[in-house]
Amino acid sequence: MRKIIDSAIETIIFICGMLSIVFVVLIFGFLFKEGFSFFRNFGILKFVTGHFWYAASDPASFGILPLILGSTLVTIGACTIAVPIGVMSALFISEIAPKGIRDVLKSLIELMAAIPSVVIGLIGVITLVPFVKNIFNLPTGLTAFSGSIMLAFMAIPTIITISEDAIRSVPWKYREGALALGATKWQTVRRVVLKAAMPGIIAATMLGIGRVIGETMAVMMITGNAAHIPHSIFDPVRTMTATIAAEMGEAVRGGMHYRSLFAIAFVLFAITFIVNFMADLFLGKNKNI
Amino acid sequence: MSKIEVKKFNLYYSDFHALKDIDINIEENRVTAMIGPSGCGKSSLLRSINRINDMVEGACTSGRICISGQNIYDEKVDVGFLRKNVGMVFQRPNPFPISIYENVAFGLKVNRIASNKNVIDGVVEKSLKAVLLWDDIKDKLRKSALSLTLEQQQRLCIARVLAVAPNIILLDEPCSALDPVATVKVEELIIQLKDKYTIVIVTHNMQQAARVSHDTAFMLLGKLIEFDKTEKIFTNPSKKETSDYVTGRFG
Repeated sequence: MRKIIDSAIETIIFICGMLSIVFVVLIFGFLFKEGFSFFRNFGILKFVTGHFWYAASDPASFGILPLILGSTLVTIGACTIAVPIGVMSALFISEIAPKGIRDVLKSLIELMAAIPSVVIGLIGVITLVPFVKNIFNLPTGLTAFSGSIMLAFMAIPTIITISEDAIRSVPWKYREGALALGATKWQTVRRVVLKAAMPGIIAATMLGIGRVIGETMAVMMITGNAAHIPHSIFDPVRTMTATIAAEMGEAVRGGMHYRSLFAIAFVLFAITFIVNFMADLFLGKNKNI
Repeated sequence: MSKIEVKKFNLYYSDFHALKDIDINIEENRVTAMIGPSGCGKSSLLRSINRINDMVEGACTSGRICISGQNIYDEKVDVGFLRKNVGMVFQRPNPFPISIYENVAFGLKVNRIASNKNVIDGVVEKSLKAVLLWDDIKDKLRKSALSLTLEQQQRLCIARVLAVAPNIILLDEPCSALDPVATVKVEELIIQLKDKYTIVIVTHNMQQAARVSHDTAFMLLGKLIEFDKTEKIFTNPSKKETSDYVTGRFG
């Protein structure tokens, strides 16, 4: 009897493990099927490098370069803001803050991670967008810059939590060794602790980027949704995710437009895959030196 | 005058009274061993000499430890400067997860002893030669220090200390993570270093104390029981506790 339970549990665990792999393969296969048929009709190069996205006009033009640039601009902007703030907050929490403050800060930050993106978007529209419009004297506050700031807010909790874990798990013996050689606290942090925690900090950054690239709701509300090639970070942009979300409802099922959205999803998937893959490569390399 | 003078030194970890009225004078250019059972306070005393114990939460002290006549617990003392002069090697080898070269150069950089690359190169080479590591690793200075064997790592940690040219070297059970062959090699290294440095070594291993040290201190339950020439401690100790311990009756 005990053996039967044992093997039953083993089977259940096996099936659960397999399911997650099956899901990923299925999603990828589906995207590939829909996207590929679009690429065959339209041409992948023309799709990726085309300057104009007029999906609903006749004749339609499916160039996603503006969307790729929009996503890239917003992501880079968000990371430029989120990574330094996130890592420094993590340092403050793990190295400087007294224990009471540390606990309060950690739970507040975890709470911040739980704010739904539509709420962040709403707050951004009401407060940040007019602020950006006035302070930079722009025709509209719905810009890539506003989107970057709001997305940075969403990435910061992830970056802080995971970096802080990484910094705190740096063995005590490294700090002791550095201090015993006459290093100050800051020298110890900068030259030893941060270096030892670097794989974890990079992983935190990658997870943050993952959240930013895939975010839809907040960027749809804040970035202005203009599918043209941006000339600066103060231009309105439209991201790939926002395009899919906004146009899926109006696209005719099975038509060119419909399949072009799957092709965008495919490109998005490829980009996140490459980001993850590069992170893995970097982490692997870091372990071996 | 003694190099290190400990006077009525007490150490508390919160409520725990770890060191009780320690008085000991450690002479220059000699190897002093501290022996005693686990928890007797020998490591705590060692860690008080470079104030690395300051990092432990709840630690506080009374009394004095003077190095070359200067009380290191004085408010005016620059702890960084103190630790540069009083090097420490830990129980488990703790090279930083950076390259071998950067490990040795670390102390030079943080103490702003040298910034010229040629000077640093020279000190790195000299320090690694002093610990007999240079020939083995001179071609892989840019590799991670964690790729070395444990014995090499411990030698690297000693080289890292030598690079900042301290007067005193504290060794906290430096061989406890090493196998017997590596232990002998590190001990030979310690004996070589004694001419230039004042060395204090904490050890669990009584044979090791007998092999490397000139003077030996025996500690028990936070008190210094006996401090004398090593031969005397091991052959003709004056206290009963000492003789019980060194003959293996307890501990």
